[in-house]
Amino acid sequence: MNEPWWIDAIKAFVIINLLLLTFAYMTLVERKLIGRMQLRYGPNRAGPFGLLQPIADLVKLIRKEPFYPATAVEVLYITAPALSAATALAAFAVIPFGQGWHVGDYYISGQIANVSIGLILLFALGSVGIYGFIVGGWASDSKYSLLGSMRTCAQLVSYEVSLALSVLGVVIMAGSLSLVEIVREQEANWWFAIPQFVGLLVFFIAGVAETNRAPFDLPEAETELVAGYLTEYSGMRFGLFSMAEYINMIVLSALCVTLFFGGWLGPYEPLGPLWFVLKLLIVIFIFIWLRTTVPRLRYDQLMAFGWKVLLPVATLNAVVTAALVVAL
Amino acid sequence: MSPQPFDSAKGFAVTLKQLFRKPITQQYPEEKRPVYPRFRGRHRLWRHENGLEKCIGCSLCAAACPADCIRVVADENTATNRVSAGERYARIYEINLSRCIFCGYCEVACPFDAITLEAEYELSEYSRDDLIYTKDMLLAEPIKRMPVADRDLYDTPIPAYKARS
Repeated sequence: MNEPWWIDAIKAFVIINLLLLTFAYMTLVERKLIGRMQLRYGPNRAGPFGLLQPIADLVKLIRKEPFYPATAVEVLYITAPALSAATALAAFAVIPFGQGWHVGDYYISGQIANVSIGLILLFALGSVGIYGFIVGGWASDSKYSLLGSMRTCAQLVSYEVSLALSVLGVVIMAGSLSLVEIVREQEANWWFAIPQFVGLLVFFIAGVAETNRAPFDLPEAETELVAGYLTEYSGMRFGLFSMAEYINMIVLSALCVTLFFGGWLGPYEPLGPLWFVLKLLIVIFIFIWLRTTVPRLRYDQLMAFGWKVLLPVATLNAVVTAALVVAL
Repeated sequence: MSPQPFDSAKGFAVTLKQLFRKPITQQYPEEKRPVYPRFRGRHRLWRHENGLEKCIGCSLCAAACPADCIRVVADENTATNRVSAGERYARIYEINLSRCIFCGYCEVACPFDAITLEAEYELSEYSRDDLIYTKDMLLAEPIKRMPVADRDLYDTPIPAYKARS
């Protein structure tokens, strides 16, 4: 069953590139969808249907002069976006996208790393990624960045609790922290979206807040703050931050699919990745749909909602699930 | 959280419905909206039917111009060199469009209707010098044709006090 290291390396290479491509085209799809929902066309100038827009954006970001404030702490200022982007990308490694295939003498598993504590690793990487936002805002040495990163920090820390607790129900039901095992468990029974519906709701809402998406995009809040923690960032450093944000969203959607919608499970087993991607796209669509529909929360509403509604519901859900699992 | 959860759900239905409607965006450079008939765009100098210029170089437009963007240097018409219908003509007539505010005062001040503001509004250039329009440019037929709305449909109706008398 063991894979040689080079299969892992190829898989990692392919997945990272696919992920980056998904990120690039997600920005386009998002802008297009939001445009159409507001009776606009969205980007349609660069190439047919605006298909070259992400490439144009990339070229523009890379060619921009990478300046930084004179008083910025240089090392931290430069490493912060890289840290965020790297952890976001690394988090995808544990997500299973297929059940594995036998090719000749080799076995190719459906994820880059099958870790028995995949879920914990994912949350840990997410938490490390937050450092990028905090450190980046602090190292810019600008009051806007500092306040923005404080907001981000407060929001991410408070919603991470609910996020982790909402998953607990699934973990209890599956009896495992390994994402592969969790999907296998859903193969035998229902998808966890049905018995863990409350968990799914809490997970999704907390996930939107975790990824700084509207209506929880207070860290950026273009209309209120300058741009939050990335005020002083420009060019590809800004690009890396925004990449981290979008990839976090992809990873979270993938996690949502894995935990609640049966991951790669579908009518025809060998087509696993297809079902996975399909489900992933639907979840991402809901993310975008949410952004066009719901206005931004006020900061006190955000905090009150996180601590007074989401956290008790998530806790209750975990406790009830645990009690039921023990009782039945 | 929300006091009206069903209203929030309705909001989602609205955005989803919009997704299947045709965008109302007008793709500007390809599709130009007709300008209002009394739109004040780039200036135009006019000639009489016999080819003589209407402008007699009186500089009233330059005097009326609040942005001080018109320069007129007049000269006498002679029997051999007859340019305008009047006694004098504008030897130099320049409008600096980078200064012009398109107020239309020149048009009002002109006693011979020699200068009018027309429909053209795409006036970008790469250099400021290119925005100084000389007499030849102002007299020539405009290269760009801007669509103008139907006067009957859009023009200001005759005010009531005029219609009555």
